[in-house]
Amino acid sequence: MSSVAIPQNPVEPFLRSERMPHIWCPGCGIGTTVNCFTRALLDSKADLTKLAIVSGIGCTGRVAGYTNLDSFHTTHGRAIPFATGLKLANPELNVVVYSGDGDLFAIGGNHLIHAARRNVNLKVICVNNLIYAMTGGQTAPTTPGDVITSTAPYGTYDPAFNLPYLVEAAGAVYVARWTTFHVRQLAKSMAEMFQKKGFGFIEVLSPCPTLYQRRNKMGDGLDAMKFYKQVSKIKHGAPTSEVALSKSGEIVVGKFVDRERPEYIGTMNTYLEQQLGERYVEPHTLSDDGGCSGGELEVISCNR
Amino acid sequence: MPRGSVSIVVERCKACGFCVEFCPTKVLALSSAFNSKGYHPPHAVAPEKCSGCDLCGMYCPDFAIYGYRNDKNAPKEDEADAR
Repeated sequence: MSSVAIPQNPVEPFLRSERMPHIWCPGCGIGTTVNCFTRALLDSKADLTKLAIVSGIGCTGRVAGYTNLDSFHTTHGRAIPFATGLKLANPELNVVVYSGDGDLFAIGGNHLIHAARRNVNLKVICVNNLIYAMTGGQTAPTTPGDVITSTAPYGTYDPAFNLPYLVEAAGAVYVARWTTFHVRQLAKSMAEMFQKKGFGFIEVLSPCPTLYQRRNKMGDGLDAMKFYKQVSKIKHGAPTSEVALSKSGEIVVGKFVDRERPEYIGTMNTYLEQQLGERYVEPHTLSDDGGCSGGELEVISCNR
Repeated sequence: MPRGSVSIVVERCKACGFCVEFCPTKVLALSSAFNSKGYHPPHAVAPEKCSGCDLCGMYCPDFAIYGYRNDKNAPKEDEADAR
């Protein structure tokens, strides 16, 4: 046969291979979303030296630790505050928040809606496995009704968050939902989101065979993928109020929102320049003089 | 020569079966052999059908498999055979 060298797996340069194999369960879809993420980075020819990935806590929170990029594994629920600080301090960076539904919408729910309200230029990828997986399968705000969890042995009855609806209402400029079955569409959607200016949000439904499906007799990861294939309907531009998830109902996927709104840092600079004139110096330009940017800001306030 | 090939990192595999299920040309099947963790990794039962689309690589949550196209190399080999 040929003596030509076998090409490398395209995902390999993005992984910290010394940490492989990862801790995700057999049939878990988080690794699949990482594949899509790396393909999106390759396709959009993103400058990897100007990319930071921020994760919170949870199964999906491990992504930051496994990707060989400038990555940041933060405290529980605080991925978005860390990412906002990162972006404000260094607006050149493309900041991606990669976390789970429990981290972003339960403990970190407030941060998420306010980052969307301000339209901070963050790209949020939320892997939704419909449950708190790492802590043992407790009911999450995203758990649909009539589902057995470790904290709801007779089934859940509280209404779940409809993530695209919530994020659109809060002010995101790009909102999409895919499942781990839709790998090509997901990669394309991520690449499209990276080109947008403002708060972008992609929800990815992912199987959780160990906790969610096992307790509900829904089979393994492959069964979940077949289920996604069977019940998913692509409806681009569907009203987000109509895309709520249920235990076994239709899953509406697609790009729901793609709009323009003034982005936070630009708005801040324009407004403060109007108010302060030449006294205003953009904060990130101050950091070159030994890191005493706080002092410079005080000077501005003293001059008033 | 087939249009594509598939490369499998046996030790990373957790036998979820995504690649076997979603391979568009049905190249793969889970083998009866074990890896060191006790999973049955896939093997190519019909390698001649592989188109190198890398859909297996997109699906694999364990980064254990990927496909690649042979197109670029194929003419060179033909030339070598002709000589």
